[in-house]
Amino acid sequence: MTKAIPTKAKTKTPAKAKAKAPTKAKPKQGDILLQMRNIHIKGKSDESWIDIINGIDLDLYRGEVLGLIGESGAGKSTLGLAAMGFCRDGCKITDGSISFDGMDLMQMDKSSLRELRGKRIAYVAQSAAASFNPAHKLLDQFCEAPLVHDVMSRNDASQYAIDLYDRMNLPSPETFGLRYPHEVSGGQLQRAMTAMALSCRPDLIIFDEPTTALDVTTQIEVLAAIKDIVKEFNTAAIYISHDLAVVAQMADRIKVLLKGDEVEQAPTEIMLKKPSQEYTKSLWAVREHTRKEQPAVKNQTPVISIKSVTAGYHSSVDVLRDVSFDIHKRRTVAVVGESGSGKSTTARVVTGLLPPRMGSIEFQGETLPAQYQSRSREQLRHIQMIYQMADTALNPKLRIRDLIARPAKMYLGLTGKALDDRVRDLLHMIEMEPDQFIDRLPSELSGGQKQRIGIARAIAAEPTVIICDEVTSALDQLVAEGILKLLDRLQSELDLSYMFITHDLATVRAIADEVVVMKDGDVVEQGIKSKMFKPPHHPYTELLLGSVPEMDPKWLDRLLDSRGKDNLGDAAIAKMNKKS
Amino acid sequence: MAYLLTLLWIIVAVLVSLGAGWCFRAFLISVSSQNMAKVFRTAPLTASFGLLVIAIYTSCAVFAPLIAPYGEAEILSYGFEPWSSDYWLGTDNLGRDVFTRLIYGARNTVGIAFLITALAFIFGTIIGIYTALKGGFIDQLLSRLIDVLMAIPSLIFSLLMLTIFGTNVISLVLVIATIDSTRVFRIARAVALNIVQLDYIEAAKLRGENTLYLIIREILPNALAPLAAEFGLRFCFVFLMISALSFMGLGLQPPSADWGSMVRDNADLISFGDITPLIPAGAIALLTIAVNFVVDWMLHRASGLKD
Repeated sequence: MTKAIPTKAKTKTPAKAKAKAPTKAKPKQGDILLQMRNIHIKGKSDESWIDIINGIDLDLYRGEVLGLIGESGAGKSTLGLAAMGFCRDGCKITDGSISFDGMDLMQMDKSSLRELRGKRIAYVAQSAAASFNPAHKLLDQFCEAPLVHDVMSRNDASQYAIDLYDRMNLPSPETFGLRYPHEVSGGQLQRAMTAMALSCRPDLIIFDEPTTALDVTTQIEVLAAIKDIVKEFNTAAIYISHDLAVVAQMADRIKVLLKGDEVEQAPTEIMLKKPSQEYTKSLWAVREHTRKEQPAVKNQTPVISIKSVTAGYHSSVDVLRDVSFDIHKRRTVAVVGESGSGKSTTARVVTGLLPPRMGSIEFQGETLPAQYQSRSREQLRHIQMIYQMADTALNPKLRIRDLIARPAKMYLGLTGKALDDRVRDLLHMIEMEPDQFIDRLPSELSGGQKQRIGIARAIAAEPTVIICDEVTSALDQLVAEGILKLLDRLQSELDLSYMFITHDLATVRAIADEVVVMKDGDVVEQGIKSKMFKPPHHPYTELLLGSVPEMDPKWLDRLLDSRGKDNLGDAAIAKMNKKS
Repeated sequence: MAYLLTLLWIIVAVLVSLGAGWCFRAFLISVSSQNMAKVFRTAPLTASFGLLVIAIYTSCAVFAPLIAPYGEAEILSYGFEPWSSDYWLGTDNLGRDVFTRLIYGARNTVGIAFLITALAFIFGTIIGIYTALKGGFIDQLLSRLIDVLMAIPSLIFSLLMLTIFGTNVISLVLVIATIDSTRVFRIARAVALNIVQLDYIEAAKLRGENTLYLIIREILPNALAPLAAEFGLRFCFVFLMISALSFMGLGLQPPSADWGSMVRDNADLISFGDITPLIPAGAIALLTIAVNFVVDWMLHRASGLKD
């Protein structure tokens, strides 16, 4: 608990040392902490065992951060958990050895493993909100591990917690721990969880996608906090993520996984500059999809026109205030903002799920009824929606055939052979082989395929406008790229207009013609894309743009230098609000 | 010694039942299609024993006239004849063959219990899902109404209703089905409440689907697993309720055979150390246990646990 040895000096030296000694052949951070050899893990599916990890080696030195990347299903999390000698339900480690600080985890009994976990190896999960116990205060949960493992007394533990909260830049650290998990924001909770992982001063922390569920501005706070702490305590870490740019900021070394096999591994800088494998290159290339911006439309009735809409839910608070923008034919309007900015509420108003308090929605010049129940079938047909979570957007008990056929049958009156042909056409359009997929259930598809079915269902109605609500944010970059290309192609083939809701500016860059930036229910800026990405920006747009991680390992350090540690995410927004 | 012997008999009985379950499972796997065989392979021995018992009861109920040696209400001798090769389980107070009545009892009691449960589920599920879907005022109104009905103990309530409407089969079926549908309503509503918030329901609403389509195609298939498990349990309760009512003389009316009234009619024999009246009671108990074994297995399957 040696607090505040001038933080700056301490954090900067190791950073420089690390940057200067390119860890080419063998990193010299000291002795090996974790050594995993020839790990094989199998998972049970129905009756048979299938391979999840086939023989991966992993070394981790003290104080080193190893990035694990790969698409979903690559076995990143399974490998991360195996580093604690742990397997999920229905999985087992069939072969290999795991040695942590000279101890063989495979041979240890359960009680000594328990002793190790939490005390010397800690785990930070993806969703802090789901990992905290909602019934206990943050501080109590923090102190639990040190007390159980007899590391320190309750008083020392809470002192230490306050100290850590302070270093993580959490607001009023003395009282922060007295709150319940639901009383703090998502980014704060994720930092509180990182603090909790540090409570016993472990030698190794496993971060499993700790920022994937967060907004870009919040993500930065968490990344900065993690980076700072890991350096300061010389903790080794395994950082699991599918976001390359994020891993590039955090890791000294990167290991790429694909379907349970290692593709390659190299120090971060080398990995970013010249990856040797094709697969890695394809991962790197993902963010390069862009399309030509179409010119702004003039003197034409917009397809959808949102006219000074003010709306809110039960309470008297307005979630949207005087929101207006137009969507033109064959154009994509990206609606950008953090969670809580009112993006999805705007979509609900357009679809008629939430009648606005003031203002109206016009479709091709005529005002639509405020509630979807009073809209005609034809009006409903023209506005379709694609959802973020394809899992919950498709009825799990209906076959693909029925899912796609329903809108075609309802709106267009197709039956029998014509309907079957239409379904097959639609499957062709979304690049899925009809014979292979038509009789499957959604549970028999991958995430990207499910999202494609969602798209097919939307275009089956032959709509004019499709509202895409964060359609790619639950997907891997490679898969998301495919979806974006598909949407692009469908737009030019079918003359569609998109209202594209997203918090990811890379996606905006890839697909938008026009951009609407929202914040706290207001439209802060709108215009065509090329203008929006060029300065001068509205300060909020600038903050958003600056917070998108770049594929440069020094990006975070530079950003922290320029903005200062106390001027990230929430703090920056608060400051901005004060000014305006 | 007697204690040990009893224990031995119990162990033998359990082993024989499990063995019978194993054979029955092997039989089911060999006769059913590939997909069903895969399902049956996961069945534990208890569940296969349950399936076997249910299969036997069902065939008794369906083929009662073929299996039973005598007519249902045929008076054959003086009352209370002992067990013999003519009358396997003896005769009852009026001289009717107990074994015959036991088989016809399966038809009456099990058949009616099944009918009542099915009706209760149709009412309860549709209304439950409907209220969950509509929410607001309709939900409040119906839920509170059902709460009022549930506040009255079901046996007393059904006694009351049967006294008012008379004790015939139709009013028996309708009264118990109505009372039982309140329990089904609560479960259906709770399950449906979780489903109606999902995106695919919203998508279907936005598509302009009507309420009936939403209930039958979108919600019901996804609520089926917990409802099917509940169906098994409800069936047992209904079954016990009919037997209880019959025992009190308000259930099925003579001369129809049913297990509850058979226990009552022959109850006197207990004083003479004759176990005949316990056999229909045992038949009830065995079916209840068998159904619960199967339900446990289905619940386990629905929960998706791997061990």
